[in-house]
Formats: sequence, structure tokens, C-alpha cells
Amino acid sequence: MSIEILMPALSPTMTEGKISKWLKAVGDTIKSGDVIAEIETDKATMEVEAVDEGVLGSILVPEGTENVAVNAPIAVLLQDGEAAGTAPTHHAAPAAAPVPTPAATPASAPAAAAAVPVVEAEPEWTGPMLKQTVREALRDAMAEEMRRDDNVYLQGEEVAQYNGAYKISQGLLDEFGDRRVIDTPITEIGFTGLAVGAAFTGLRPIVEFMTFNFAMQAIDHIINSAAKTLYMSGGQLGCPIVFRGPNGVASRVGAQHSQCYASWYAHCPGLKVVAPYFASDAKGLLKASIRDPNPVIFLEHELVYGQTHDVPDNPDWIVPIGKARVARVGSQVTLIAFSRGVQFALEAAEALAGEGISAEVIDLRTIRPLDVETILTSVRKTNRAVTIEEGWAFAGIGAEIAATVMEKAFDWLDAPVIRVAGADVPLPYAANLEALALPHVADIVAAAKTVCYR
Amino acid sequence: MVVKRKPKTAAAAASAAPEPISNDQEIAFYRDMLLIRRFEEKAGQLYGMGLIGGFCHLYIGQEAVVVGMQSAAGKGDSVITSYRDHGHMLVCGMDPKGVMAELTGRATGYSRGKGGSMHMFSREANFYGGHGIVGAQVPLGTGIAFANKYRGTDRVSLVYLGDGAVNQGQVYESFNMAALWKLPVIYVIENNKYGMGTSVERASASHDLYVRAAPYGIPGCQVDGMDVLAVHKVAREAIAHVRSGAGPYVIEAQTYRYRGHSMSDPAKYRTKEEVAQMRQEHDPIDLVRRRLIETLEVTEDVLKQIDREIKEIVTEAAEFAQSSPEPDPAELWTDVLIEA
Repeated sequence: MSIEILMPALSPTMTEGKISKWLKAVGDTIKSGDVIAEIETDKATMEVEAVDEGVLGSILVPEGTENVAVNAPIAVLLQDGEAAGTAPTHHAAPAAAPVPTPAATPASAPAAAAAVPVVEAEPEWTGPMLKQTVREALRDAMAEEMRRDDNVYLQGEEVAQYNGAYKISQGLLDEFGDRRVIDTPITEIGFTGLAVGAAFTGLRPIVEFMTFNFAMQAIDHIINSAAKTLYMSGGQLGCPIVFRGPNGVASRVGAQHSQCYASWYAHCPGLKVVAPYFASDAKGLLKASIRDPNPVIFLEHELVYGQTHDVPDNPDWIVPIGKARVARVGSQVTLIAFSRGVQFALEAAEALAGEGISAEVIDLRTIRPLDVETILTSVRKTNRAVTIEEGWAFAGIGAEIAATVMEKAFDWLDAPVIRVAGADVPLPYAANLEALALPHVADIVAAAKTVCYR
Repeated sequence: MVVKRKPKTAAAAASAAPEPISNDQEIAFYRDMLLIRRFEEKAGQLYGMGLIGGFCHLYIGQEAVVVGMQSAAGKGDSVITSYRDHGHMLVCGMDPKGVMAELTGRATGYSRGKGGSMHMFSREANFYGGHGIVGAQVPLGTGIAFANKYRGTDRVSLVYLGDGAVNQGQVYESFNMAALWKLPVIYVIENNKYGMGTSVERASASHDLYVRAAPYGIPGCQVDGMDVLAVHKVAREAIAHVRSGAGPYVIEAQTYRYRGHSMSDPAKYRTKEEVAQMRQEHDPIDLVRRRLIETLEVTEDVLKQIDREIKEIVTEAAEFAQSSPEPDPAELWTDVLIEA
């Protein structure tokens, strides 16, 4: 049975082309791999190689012909014993390339995407409490999870012998040894890729970045390798891994060491992003992150490490990812914050109370998946919202919250949402300029009064 | 081409007198290489018909590298590579139907149509992809080796990279950690002479690529990547070295891709004569075919029977890939996260 040679598509965008030259003549024997023609595409002139073998029976489209549609028959190949002139028989007529069904409009996506299960908040703890620093809470979380599961290990710069650049991993080397608490060279993209590869096999690495600023070296592996592979593998290859370390500003360390990455990572499907403030949440959420089968970005804050809070005295204390917490109940304005911003929001709420304004404070705790319900419930009560973040406002977490509130609670709003955020500049070094660049309690108070028209 | 530098280990010495290669094994090499060749030709054809979209990087010409390497690997050893990955998957034992169906973006593909040519995986076959970012598979594969060592297994991680990838910094970060921690990993540099349109001479300050690992104390060698037997032999040595716990190893296989970098590359950066000469004088499949007939006295009939079998497998894969349904629209939203 003769075979039709079809006009090939030779680039992702080619729909038609010109047959610039036939390199084989009728009667020539053709072997698989032989170059039979030259075709001009929308991008270049390409050689066409034969796939099937046979004798060139006829040329249907002469050279020089332009605008030959992809998949149009251009020649006929005769098989063993066939004579030229045999009517070409269709060889499994090519199915038309499947036309992709336009996806349901992305805007309607949340309908399906919102199939995120409702996250139950942790039960209120009524048992005994410990006074612990955030630093100690983080260490205990890691130690408890490492005791529980041999697949969990910690790697990073100075995490072992030095006990952590910020002393988060204090004592872990002594307890777990150098098989499970591993000092890496200063090699962020390398050790991040290594940890992601280990996670593909089912290990549960905790990757400490000395600060998240240095994770920019490694962000390709965080996004392209860790966050996307489950999807690209049709669900085969999960990546149970935690990337943790201090995020946001420190103190007088300049622009390269002072940046909030919450919105960078929160932008990406395939990641969870956690940013606690309280020590109890730091512990409970880090344990949840280590147990989570997905890649989790765990954003800490250097200026909070030394703060002491109440922590439930229970090694099974877990805080679910994806659940915000109302840190202070109020009725007239909702202050929405995460990480160190919660401290400022609570201080602002106290100051506002002194001026007769009742502010509710929401501690997001998790940035992605965002607990939209808790935000909306509060805004429907207070009718006003202020967001707080250290990072830049442009395309930031506040922007996302403002858009969400606008889309889902527009009719409840009595004032536009205001974003309190870092100044739109690289963070300066000089003490006075640094202070000017960062959000303060006074800024939150002023914003809250503005949305209350006071 | 000869091995330029032998590993200085006991394991390598032990493998100095390797078992001879049997006829059956050479026939298996022939069969495996032919499967890749015919599969890739068919993929090229389906691309031409618009049934495969996007980028499609064919392995034609390089078949001896992965066939020779994997013929020396054992059960449980893993493979990771770049986006030129179809040949690796077939040799790892993945079903040609599932691979082709992924190329056509169908529900029956290895990634259920959501990965495509460059992003395919099989946990069952210990094939870890299929990675679209040049060089990214190198630390990932080093991490698989780390996990093997962490768990106390003697499994080896085979990491394939091209001559283009050797200029990525993360490759050296990986070499350093692999040597520092004596990780069971083999880096196979498939030097096909061109990173897209840029020749090795225009991209690399030193043209011998296996020596790039020498500063880390990683033994390495260069091998004729068009000769499956030569690749198989160095692969045996390297795998024995790595499995013994002696740390990483680097093999530079000098090979050649006949087709462009991807389907849309007209390959104007090299002459037709250069390509023709490689095909005529160094074709890895012809080389084995000749050896089987002339030296090992295998009959044409035996080989023709193999040719027919391969053709059937590939035809069947192509038909499966065209007749399978596209993914259900609901698949858009699955596999983003694992439900905890």
C-alpha cells in the first residue's frame, strides 16, 4: 500500500510553508532518514527526512510552491512491488491535530480551585503552657519530628557544628549526629537541588537558608523542580520538603539582606507558604510543614527569634496549615498581618482602642493557601480592612487580599482597603532612612483611622 | 576513541578482566538502539503531522550512550536526565505507548498529558525525569544519590547531562558535594558537540569535558559514545567503582545528534558533510549490525525479524498515542498539591 508523505510542521507555530526544493526524484529509492526535500517555514529553511521507506512514486506539490498547508499530501511513496501510478491510498489518514478545548476562563478557576478542603483550626489548648522563645520552639519542632521519622533530616549552612547561624538548630547535631544534621558548603542552588532530589525519593529534608535572601540563588529548584514536578508527573513524584529560614528585614544589614519574599512564593501553585509570628504557631506549623507531603516555604523572622511566648507543653501540638487566627477580636476595622507584622498590628489595635476604635487583628499564619473565609468573615463584620506587610506593596500580599476582599465582599466594604507596606525602594542602611522605609505601628494606626473616616 | 584515564580504585582493578560480551547481549544492544531510533523517527513524523506540540528533542544518533550505560546498571539504580529524554525512558523499560501518548498530550501518557516531551517520570522504572532547565537534573540526581546513601542502599544514581549543561554553575556545586560526601552517582556527559547552535569549541574554555570534575578528585574518562560496546565497558567499570562506595565518577561520551537541537532547529551551524560523515562512518546501529553479521555470524534474517518487531512496537505506540483521549478537563486542577 502506498504511503502519502505529508507536509510536516517543523516548528511549534508553523501552519504552512514553502517547498523550496525536492532533493529526491520520482523513481528514487528512499530510506528512512534520507533527506527528501527542503521546506521554508515561518522561521527557517529546514530539511525533511523520510520516515518510511520505499520508492518515490510521485511528487504532488512541485518545488517553489508556497503556502502549502501542514498535513497536505506532498508526495507518494510506493511500497515493495508497487508500480508508479497506483492510486495513493490513504495511510491512516492523520487525525486532525487535537484542537485544545479552551480552558474554562481562568477567572472562573477559583470555583474549581476553591475545592481546597476547609481547614479545621487546631483545638483551643487548655493544658499547661511553657514559656519559650520562637527560636526554641522551632528547634523543638524539628527535634520532635526527627525523633518521630528517620526520613526527616536537616541540612544547611552552619546548621550542625556551629549550631545554626541564628542558633535555631542548637543541640540537634548532638542528638541526631552528622547523618541527619548536615553542614553544607555555601552552595545554595546545589544543595537545594540535592534536597529536592532526595525528597523525590521520599526523604523529608528540612532545608535551612541562612536567610531567604540567599534562596534567590536556589529559586529555580524551589519553583521549577519542587513546586511543579508533582503536576508535570501526573501526580507520581511528590516533594515533601520544608524550606525555612529568616525572611524580611533584620537590622541595619542593607538591601541585599533585607527583603520579604512572601509574595514571591505565594504567587506559585504547588507551594505552601507559612509565616507565623507566635512561638506556639512557629512550633505547631513547622511540625505540620515537616509532615506535609508538599513543598512548604516556612518564613521566619530574625527580629522575632528572641521573643518569648506561651507554647503548649505537648509534643503532639500541631497547627494546621491554611488556617488564620483572630489574634484580637474587634468590631470596627480589620487589621490583616503576618509574621512580625502581627506584633505591630496588635500594638496598633491597642493604641486604637485608646482612641475609641475597636480593631480586629487577623494573624494569617499561612499565606498560601490563604484563609479567605476568616478574612471575609471579619470584613463582613467590620466593613473595613488594613493590610500590613514589610515587603513592597506592588503585587504584594496586601494587593492580593485587597483584590480578594473587593471580589468577594465588595458590598460589605465601607472604605477602600489600605495597604501598609514597605517603601518602594531597596532597603537603605542609614538608621533614619531604614526607619522611614519600614511600616510602623503609627502607620497602621493612621491607616485604620483613615478607613474609619476619623 | 580510548579511555584516557583509568580509575585508580580496587573496584576498577577488579573489573579489569570483565566477562566477555555475549552474542545475545550484542543483539540486545542492537534491539534497544533500534527501538530508540525508530521511536524517535516516528515521534518526528507525528510532530510533523501536528500531533506532537511544543518542543521535541530527538535522541537520534546518540543511542549507544544510554543503551551502553544502562546495560551495565542494576535493579534499583535510577536515571535522571535533561529534556532529550525519550531514549532514556525506553531503555529504563518504560512502555513506548505511554511515552508516545505523553508526547501527543493524551490521558494515557506517563504524566497523564500534563508534562509532555520534556517532563516525564516513572517511579516504577526509577526514572526521575525529564527536566527542562539545562543542568537542573544534576543536583537533583546528586540528591537521589544522597538519599541512597542516607538509606544505606548500594543503589547508583545515573545522571545524564549534555555538553551545554557543563557550563552551568550548579554542575560544579554538585561535583563538589558528591565528592565531599562520596555520593554514589555517575555523571554521564553526553557530548554531542553542540549546545543548541553553539559548538563546544565556542562555549567551553577546555574541550575535554570529563576533566571538569578532576579538580574535585572525581575520576573520569572519555569514551566513544558511538560505540555501544565501548560505552558498556566503561559503564561497568564506573558502576562497580561507585557501587563499592568509592564516590562519584564522570564519563564523557563523545556522541553526535543527527537532528537539530529540537524539531524547529534547521541546524545551520554545522555542515551537511559533517552530519553525513557521522551517519555514514560512525552510526552506532550500523556499527553493531555490521559486527553482528561480519564477526559474530548472526544472520540477516535474525536482524530483519528484530527490525519487524521494533516496527510493530513503534506503530502500535503511535496508534495508541493517536487514539487515546485527551485528558479530562477536570485534570487541569489535579496534582497541584497532594492532599495531606
